[in-house]
Amino acid sequence: MKKNQAIKKTLIFILCLILAVISLMPFVIMIVNSTRSTAQIQQHAVSLIPSVYLANNLKILVGKSFNPAVGFMNSIMVSVGVTALATYFSTLTAYSLVVYEWKARNAFFSFIMAIMMIPAQITMIGFYQMVYKIHMTNHLSMLILPAIASPSMVFFMRQYMKPALSLEIVQSARIDGAKEFYIFNRIALPIMKPAIATQAIFTFVSSWNNLFTPLVLLTDQKKYTLPIMISLLRGDIYKTEYGAVYMGLTLTALPLIVVYLMLSKYIIAGVALGSVKG
Amino acid sequence: MKKKSSFSYARYGYLFSLPFLIAFLIFSLYPTLYTATIGFTDLKGIGKTTWTFLKDDPFANFKWVLTSPTFKTAFENTVKMWVCNFVPQIALALLLAAWFTDRRFKIPGEGVFKVLFYMPNIITAATIAILFNALFGYPMGPVNDLMVRFGLLSEPYNFLVKKDIAQNIIIFIQTWMWYGYTMVILISGILGISPEIFEAAEVDGANGWQTFWLVTLPNIKTILLFTLVTSLIGGLNMFDIPKLFLLGGPDNATMTVGVFIYNLAFSGGYIYNRAAAASMIMFVLIVVLSAFLFYLLRDRDEAKLRKIVRQQEKEYRKKLKEAAAK
Repeated sequence: MKKNQAIKKTLIFILCLILAVISLMPFVIMIVNSTRSTAQIQQHAVSLIPSVYLANNLKILVGKSFNPAVGFMNSIMVSVGVTALATYFSTLTAYSLVVYEWKARNAFFSFIMAIMMIPAQITMIGFYQMVYKIHMTNHLSMLILPAIASPSMVFFMRQYMKPALSLEIVQSARIDGAKEFYIFNRIALPIMKPAIATQAIFTFVSSWNNLFTPLVLLTDQKKYTLPIMISLLRGDIYKTEYGAVYMGLTLTALPLIVVYLMLSKYIIAGVALGSVKG
Repeated sequence: MKKKSSFSYARYGYLFSLPFLIAFLIFSLYPTLYTATIGFTDLKGIGKTTWTFLKDDPFANFKWVLTSPTFKTAFENTVKMWVCNFVPQIALALLLAAWFTDRRFKIPGEGVFKVLFYMPNIITAATIAILFNALFGYPMGPVNDLMVRFGLLSEPYNFLVKKDIAQNIIIFIQTWMWYGYTMVILISGILGISPEIFEAAEVDGANGWQTFWLVTLPNIKTILLFTLVTSLIGGLNMFDIPKLFLLGGPDNATMTVGVFIYNLAFSGGYIYNRAAAASMIMFVLIVVLSAFLFYLLRDRDEAKLRKIVRQQEKEYRKKLKEAAAK
């Protein structure tokens, strides 16, 4: 019996090793190839030994329309804006649902649950037409402002706030003369910090990775976000520049990989938390 | 006294939810209604914003979409690619989740494995699509290089012009990107089951297989359904990977509904009215699915929940006894 258990354990471990290699392999090839010349890649596309053409690949990459610095800055602006607005206003909305007793409260909460799964992508035609009409297509604010209404985050925040925030604290702050808005900012927000941190990571990442909305709205190269920059690598101008393409992909993926490995503990705990609450 | 104080504070409830409501009206509700409206108009052509309602047949755009062979192909591809990625994804995730939570043994390096399995999910889908396009490149992509070197192929093969292979690569990418996520969710679901139930199963002499089928699975039913519905809604909107991997080709083999709508409206055609009609058809489908999820997630009565748990325990004991009797 014990021997069987050991064999089973070994087999599972080997399977996990294989899966881990499959998870890593594409990224390893990508990173190594970003240091190799196109000629080297054409000779042998897989190698585990880095070469010395990193700077050269970068030169070819930036020499064409790819401008990672601009994409990076725009993506930072959009993602930071989206994360800040979404977390703050979702917490505020959740606060209104948890702390106050108002007539439409239950209806409002049901409504939020009903709309939270509907993806923005599906109504993009109307959104585009609206933004086009008011001449705001190349404004990053049109990617940021919709984050004020993030139904699924309101749902999460409400579920988290209900047990975490005791109404007695709110009540005693009132007796001390604190204004409602002050109580929210100074008492409720700090209590919600763990939930906000988790949601902030995921909102930032999904905003950072979002391709569809920017692709529809942005036509000005100076406003491109990183995923649109990446999509340029698919174009004809890089058709034969393998080294430069791998370089571009590495530039966009490596920061995410590094940040992920640093925060992995929190990120994975966050995924788990989201599902338990849901 | 208490009632009075809560009454006077009620206006803050409205006030604090106002920003959400305004943003929702402008950026969600209005575009939705507008999309629905455009579906009944003649709006097409670059830069056009004026339209009139269709007079002869208000549903002409919807009819066009539903009879369009490309839409049919796109819909079939979307469903097929979702089903074929979800089944292995959930199977692998369940298996790993069961192993990683098994109380009788601990896999060395569990934490590291979890981190690595989840990693592809965090990387920009656009990057992954183009990376896989490069990996399967012809004649000298990494996959060809490896297969020729290990003697699996005698000469490089052009994978990306074959319809089935292109579809299967997308299915693989989707599975590869999502099984780690699903696994983490299922693990947290299993860890949320009261340990007493597992202890009871152990005392009663249930083996690993019995424990999995009779204790673990029934207790994570809600989370499994949640995963199913959210994955399906995401799957129906699949866009980034098929759009950038092969631009929907070869021969529309990787064309999804998302790519279909995008191409119709924003790349070349500017046929907003038909794209809006296609969007609304998908919208209705997704609303039905979320209604189901809504029903699933509604606040349950605590007592009712406890009753269900007790019933499940009872049922499990009965089943175990039956199994033992056999």
